[in-house]
Amino acid sequence: MLLGDEAVALAAMHAGVSGAYAYPGTPSTEILEYLVPRAAGGGFTAHWCANEKTAYEQALGMSMLGRRSLVAMKHVGLNVAMDPFVNSALVALGGGLVVAVADDPGMHSSQNEQDTRILADFARVPCLEPADQQEAYDMTREAFGLSERFAVPVVLRLVTRLCHSRAVVVPRPPRPQNAMAKTAAPQDWTLLPHNARRLWRALLDRLPEIGRAAADSAYNRFDAGDPGAPFAVLTSGIARHYLAAETAELGFRPPQLHVGMYPAPDDAIRRLADTAARLLVIEEGHPFLERRLRGVLPHGWEVRGKESGALPLDGELTPDLVRAALGLPSRPHLAAPALPLPGRPPQLCKGCPHADSYQAVRAALADFPESVVTSDIGCYTLGALPPYSAIESCVCMGASVGMAKGAADAGLRPVLAVIGDSTFLHSGVTPLMDAVAAGTPMTLLILDNGTVAMTGLQPTILPGSRLEPLLLGLGVEPEHLHVVEVQPRRPEALAGLLRAELAHPGVSVIVAVRECVELAKAGRHRGDQA
Amino acid sequence: MLAGVGGQGVLSVAAILAEAARRLGLQVRQGEVHGMSQRGGAVQATLRLSDRPIEGDLVARGGADMVLGVEPLEALRYLDYLAPAGRLVTSADPYENIPDYPPPEQVLAAVRAIPGAVLVAAGDLARRAGSGRTANVVMVGAASAFLPLPAEVVEACIGEGFAAKGERVVEANRRAFALGRAAVEGGAGA
Ligand code: SF4
Repeated sequence: MLLGDEAVALAAMHAGVSGAYAYPGTPSTEILEYLVPRAAGGGFTAHWCANEKTAYEQALGMSMLGRRSLVAMKHVGLNVAMDPFVNSALVALGGGLVVAVADDPGMHSSQNEQDTRILADFARVPCLEPADQQEAYDMTREAFGLSERFAVPVVLRLVTRLCHSRAVVVPRPPRPQNAMAKTAAPQDWTLLPHNARRLWRALLDRLPEIGRAAADSAYNRFDAGDPGAPFAVLTSGIARHYLAAETAELGFRPPQLHVGMYPAPDDAIRRLADTAARLLVIEEGHPFLERRLRGVLPHGWEVRGKESGALPLDGELTPDLVRAALGLPSRPHLAAPALPLPGRPPQLCKGCPHADSYQAVRAALADFPESVVTSDIGCYTLGALPPYSAIESCVCMGASVGMAKGAADAGLRPVLAVIGDSTFLHSGVTPLMDAVAAGTPMTLLILDNGTVAMTGLQPTILPGSRLEPLLLGLGVEPEHLHVVEVQPRRPEALAGLLRAELAHPGVSVIVAVRECVELAKAGRHRGDQA
Repeated sequence: MLAGVGGQGVLSVAAILAEAARRLGLQVRQGEVHGMSQRGGAVQATLRLSDRPIEGDLVARGGADMVLGVEPLEALRYLDYLAPAGRLVTSADPYENIPDYPPPEQVLAAVRAIPGAVLVAAGDLARRAGSGRTANVVMVGAASAFLPLPAEVVEACIGEGFAAKGERVVEANRRAFALGRAAVEGGAGA
């Protein structure tokens, strides 16, 4: 029984992957979680990286040397890696490069719902979208082959439900790794304008062939259904199973086209349209196929989907939504209880160091009539909720630092940015450079809990002990850089320090150190076994 | 449909039942929740067992044969997923980590009002088994009595699942399982 993420990881191993790289991010984390402990025994490299961009570039270097590589991330991680991603479609890839991106429709653990299929299309690269764990395995293996055949990165688009559900997966015999081979000419990797123009043209010239491969792919399946069916259905990814679960009740088999490989097969879409004048599109994420459909078909067809309102534009698909779109009533079920059920949002663990740090933040800011506290992504984002209510923003990895500078530039005093150690190393260092260069009056509070806690205790890329020299190296003044231990339930010392530094008219940084409770527990547990 | 609070071991319950079903040759789909909600928030998992191929990981409202709660308020949250002939099996121990948790007697009364609902004194039984941390495995025992899963098979999965944590943990969990199962088989739910 494997998670969808684990099926991808196992397939990469069996496909002869030589390097796998990622920054942890729900729901993609378990891909590298599976590979890291197996790397030494399997004779390949699997590394957590500083961020998705550095991860992508490492995978690209591996491919340049003819070897297969995998880079995994959550959907918003691809925004961070967008630059190498889009440009890598132009270079002469050697070893297969597979980009596994896990979208999070419903935002179970994310800040937005973006759809990676659109970004694959934007970069003009093929995209595979598995419907279940077995397909996640099979498609990952195929993706390496496609990448080598067309010399382009291949995107594997996953969604939360698939990543985090388990099913039995039947593997195939493994294939050895590629030998290292430096074959590509430098002009095919150096995107100077004259090279880039030629390589871009070459990619565009390959697109029809890539399109034919998608059209012929066994993952794009057409089923003629029952003749005279009142409507036909276009599905993608896991929506195929949602449809299959409900068709028994429809009373007929609708003609169906399932898309598992993109670019979407336009001819097959037209064939589907020939079967019925009404078409329903069921897809997870944005109305990507639905829009394509509207473009491909002449007037006179009724296309129903997310844009038409037959399915919601936001949130995750559910069997109930699919039933409603198919015109099926809801199944008989028990009524929800009359008792009002309060929500139960996630919260910081008992004894979490962030709780004490936030008490200190509140105490320190109480002295100022006005202030702003920008923050970032991690367990500490829960400091936005009561009883802490200590932070006022969470936008994207590292944004707290740059936003604090902008807020200070706008004229507010004091300005505090609160960020975790791992988020700081991911994307907080460069904006701090800007603040130091400008001598911005702002304070940065780095919560160093020694781990990437939210995603399951992955190691931070640098140990906490390296933060101080790093910060000094950036030019933070030694007298305004403090590394302090956070005392349990005694926030006064940290509050006093914050108060003093918030009044300083330049950059100040406080690193508040205390180990995450879960990390301490896990450490003890490992100790038990030793 | 399985429900509880992050940290209560809902995923372990799903994993044990899934493994037992797999060993019996059933088709299995197990949906989990990872990430933010694992931090003390509401956690929900799905488990589908069938002797035929299974389409998808989620079920529609009215599609669940059982709602299994490791916490009673969380179990009630998914009541409308239960088929009219389905069964609610839940721990009777409220986990009050939110300020607006309703009075516990009202929560338990709402559970009792559901025909066939089974309340299990999971915390007490877990302590009798030797560790309060085994309450989730008490619920595995209680649930398994209503599923096509023979006790020996589930027990074997528990033994292997906890083997890495040492003999004492395995034994406590075995006892927890047996107590949970006996509690409902004897009709002695709380
Ligand atoms: S996992 Fe660690 S950092 Fe996250 S809330 Fe718990 S103690 Fe705090």
